[in-house]
Amino acid sequence: MTSQTSPSFMGEPDPSGRFGRFGGRFVPETLMPACIELESAFRDAWADAAFRSELDGLLRDYAGRPSPVTECHRLSEELGLRLLLKREDLNHTGSHKINNVLGQALLTKRMGKKRLVAETGAGQHGVATATAAALMGFECTVYMGEVDMERQKLNVFRMRLLGAEVRPASSGSRTLKDAVNEAMRDWVATVETSHYCLGSVMGPHPYPWMVRELHRVLGDEAREQSRVLLGGADPDVVVACVGGGSNAAGIFSGFADTAAELVGVEPAGGAAVGGGVPGVVHGMASFLMQDEWGQVEEAHSISAGLDYPGVGPEHAHLSDIGRAQYHPVTDDEVIDAFQVLSRTEGIIPALEPAHALAWVIREAPSLAGRTVLVNLSGRGDKDVAQMMDILEGEQ
Amino acid sequence: MSLELEPVVTGRPLPPSPTPGPMEARLRAVRDSGRKLLIPYLTGGLGKWADIVRAVADAGADAVEIGIPFSDPVMDGPTIQVASERALAEGATPESVLSGLRGIDAGVPVLAMTYYNLAFHMGDERFAGQMAEAGFSGIILPDVPMEEQGPWQTAAEGAGIETVMLAGPITPDDRLQRLCDMSRGYVYGVNLMGVTGERQSLGEQAETLARRLKAVTDKPVAMGFGISTPEQAAEVAAVSDGVIVGTALVRRILDGGGPDEAHRFMSSLRSALDAS
Ligand SMILES: Cc1ncc(COP(=O)(O)O)c(C=O)c1O
Repeated sequence: MTSQTSPSFMGEPDPSGRFGRFGGRFVPETLMPACIELESAFRDAWADAAFRSELDGLLRDYAGRPSPVTECHRLSEELGLRLLLKREDLNHTGSHKINNVLGQALLTKRMGKKRLVAETGAGQHGVATATAAALMGFECTVYMGEVDMERQKLNVFRMRLLGAEVRPASSGSRTLKDAVNEAMRDWVATVETSHYCLGSVMGPHPYPWMVRELHRVLGDEAREQSRVLLGGADPDVVVACVGGGSNAAGIFSGFADTAAELVGVEPAGGAAVGGGVPGVVHGMASFLMQDEWGQVEEAHSISAGLDYPGVGPEHAHLSDIGRAQYHPVTDDEVIDAFQVLSRTEGIIPALEPAHALAWVIREAPSLAGRTVLVNLSGRGDKDVAQMMDILEGEQ
Repeated sequence: MSLELEPVVTGRPLPPSPTPGPMEARLRAVRDSGRKLLIPYLTGGLGKWADIVRAVADAGADAVEIGIPFSDPVMDGPTIQVASERALAEGATPESVLSGLRGIDAGVPVLAMTYYNLAFHMGDERFAGQMAEAGFSGIILPDVPMEEQGPWQTAAEGAGIETVMLAGPITPDDRLQRLCDMSRGYVYGVNLMGVTGERQSLGEQAETLARRLKAVTDKPVAMGFGISTPEQAAEVAAVSDGVIVGTALVRRILDGGGPDEAHRFMSSLRSALDAS
């Protein structure tokens, strides 16, 4: 694990939790003591070698880190570029989400709390949280939008199998943003005994920073692994899908201070950065999809994990300063990419990272001859039933 | 690359201003006369809300809080969530609620209770200006803690809008003092750990917080969240300067109750407070 050299494009936020003009801590007074406690517990733990080594041990022996970087020979040839994948799909529980959750679970233990509350969209963060709770003997409640519970039935069952209680979020758009609202309402009532295990680089300070630091491991690994593959060089372009932005923050943090271009890919129906309108919701100031009055709009995409109208504040900042670019892809492009990777490389991706691949496939002509690293943030098992309906419905 | 953009919100709190605004002066006078404050909350844009504002004022409310419905009300329980969703579906907007108040002469101070994005999106100054123009005296923004109040309060003070701060049961002593100093109009004590909604009984938390607040401020201290009955209102008012009652009123409105029903309910709360 390399430590941060400063100044960095992805260093610490300022004392108010800001990345440039974004971030902060817009929470009810009832939650302020918990946010302050969490920040100091995390600072303390992150500087503690014993904590870091316990976490590294869990990531290695339980989650299966490091995950490999795979070179995609057939697809590279087809696209006319050199494509590398960071294989977060091979982690225990099937996505990058486990990195953040194991860190927060250890922190929960350190703070003397015994219950985890989480929101989930696709169910991957919920499954990871339920897994960590089972491992550590915590109680666990996961909020999930009713619409998503239907789309991702398999993950609902998995969470229950792991001993978690899954509660439907049945107000508003009944997707991820409403699950976040419900999780916050639970936390307001239970903050003295529960930790809110937030699943992305969003929410009030210190979450955006803490969750990014907990995913930095994947970026650091990917940088070292690509240098081995590329004779000491870095990839030209590093690409990741962006919902809240945690897998992207993890991989970007490994390359922010290299010459690599950073590209975040948003669903066309949930492009908060693309929309570029600042707003305040879920504890943070960031870019936010909203109507003319500031009412938060619903995101619409094929992927439950990216159906979020906001984005982590650090991404809004990286976009502001031009260090990363954010581009949208359509559902149709994603459905295509999902199949292309399956057929050419024998890897069925989750629908979320299929967004990152879809951008690479579309932009292949302009990327010709370049080396592109995609963060394959999760595997597609959870999406197979949905894709079966879509693809067989076509015939 | 533009690194010189203004922060979205600077996160710097203001120093307290020593002179009470008109709403605070009025509520202090009511309190000092020995009367307990009764402050109902109702969702703006829902049904005949404007008539209900008049009815509750007539039944003895000392100030009225009007919710401007927001898509993501994280501090609200199911009843006010439903009320907000319904009002939004009926076409309520910040502008329609603000302008809806213009024709009402409630005779008591009226506050808005809403979430920050609505003000932020319109622009702090414009929002505060429109509030003042519509006749609002104050505002409560439950998702803006002290640390983030700076830009809003600058705009609010400029427009003469008094911003009420909330204190919670686990707010530590040093924060409690600072937020009482910063609060305008009154200080809102949150009775419990949780969101808005009726509760069968209020724990010791409410009483403890009320006493802690009264020990550090001479601003009016009104306690809210969970108060559903006249008995509970009297109980909480006994250790504070008064009560805020929201969900219990909104539930009656959602169930079809109009100005008469609201008047009856408010009168029952008023009598309980006056008898205590
Ligand atoms: C595999 C996978 N990738 C990405 C995401 C989106 O989250 P984030 O943008 O925080 O990486 C999810 C969320 O469910 C996911 O399951």
